[in-house]
Amino acid sequence: MKAAVIVFPGSNCDRDLAVAFEQAGADVTMVWHKDSTLPEGVDIVGVPGGFSYGDYLRCGAIAAKSPVCQAVAAHASRGGYVLGVCNGFQVLTETGLLPGALLRNAGLKYICKTVGLKVQTSNSAFTEGYNAGDVIGIPIAHHDGNYYADDETIARLQGEDRVAFTYTDNPNGSRGDIAGILSENRRVLGMMPHPERAADAGHGGTDGVALFRALTGALTPA
Amino acid sequence: MKATVRVMLKNGVLDPQGEAVRHALGAMGFDGVNGVRQGKIIELDLADGATEAEVKDMCEKLLANTVIESYAIEIA
Repeated sequence: MKAAVIVFPGSNCDRDLAVAFEQAGADVTMVWHKDSTLPEGVDIVGVPGGFSYGDYLRCGAIAAKSPVCQAVAAHASRGGYVLGVCNGFQVLTETGLLPGALLRNAGLKYICKTVGLKVQTSNSAFTEGYNAGDVIGIPIAHHDGNYYADDETIARLQGEDRVAFTYTDNPNGSRGDIAGILSENRRVLGMMPHPERAADAGHGGTDGVALFRALTGALTPA
Repeated sequence: MKATVRVMLKNGVLDPQGEAVRHALGAMGFDGVNGVRQGKIIELDLADGATEAEVKDMCEKLLANTVIESYAIEIA
C-alpha cells in the first residue's frame, strides 16, 4: 500500500501518522502543501493533525484552499482513500469532502486525554478490523472538535451507516456524540481522535493499530 | 474601495464563546444580558472597480463557512 501524508505549515502529527502507516506495512511519502500533485499510485492520503496555517480564519479553512488539497479532492473523486485526523478532519469538512463542520468545544477548553470510542460500523476499509459495538480507547487533543451538521445531515449520516465512531462520554458537545464520519462512498474518513497516538505500546495503548492494519490489508493487492 | 464583511454563527448554532461572555457579564453585575453572540469583522481594501458580487464570491469560497456561518457585506 502506498500512502502519502500531507504536510502543512503548522502540521504537528504528520510524522506520527507516517510512522503508524509504516508500522502497518505502508510505503509512505510526505507531500508538501505547495505541491499540486500526489505521488504516482498513491492508495491513501493522510491529512494529519496540527494547526495548519495557524488555524487562521477558521480551523482548516486556509489549508482547504492550498494547492495540495485540490489534488486530494481529485484523488477522492477518483475513488481514492483519504484519512483526516483532528485538524485533518477539519480540513476535509472545509474542502467539502465530508459534510458538517467542527465548532469550538462546548466547554470552551482544549481537551487532551484518552476517550472511549464506540465503533459504529465495521463496514469500511478503515473500521473492518473492529466489530461494530467495540469500545476502544483513543486520545483526543483539540479545541475545536464539536461536530455540527444540520438535522437532515445528521439523520442521513446515521441512516446511511456513515458514523464510524461515537464518543462513549461526549467531551466536546458534538451532535449525536459523533467522533468520526465516512463519505458517501465510505472511502474518506474524518475523525477528531488520534488513532496514530494509540499505535505503539509506548503510547500507552494500541487500539488504533487495527485501523491502520485494516487499511493495509484492504488496499494491498494479495 | 473598502468592503466590510461581518461573519456570524447562524442562528441555532451554539456559540459557546458568546455564552461564556454572557456568563462573565452576569458575574460582573451586568444584569439583563439575555444573549451574546460573538462574530468577526473582516475589512477588505479592494482595487477600484471591484464589485459586491466578487466580495460575495470571496465570502462563499473562503471568508465564511456557510455550513455554520452567515455573512453580511457592506461596501463603503
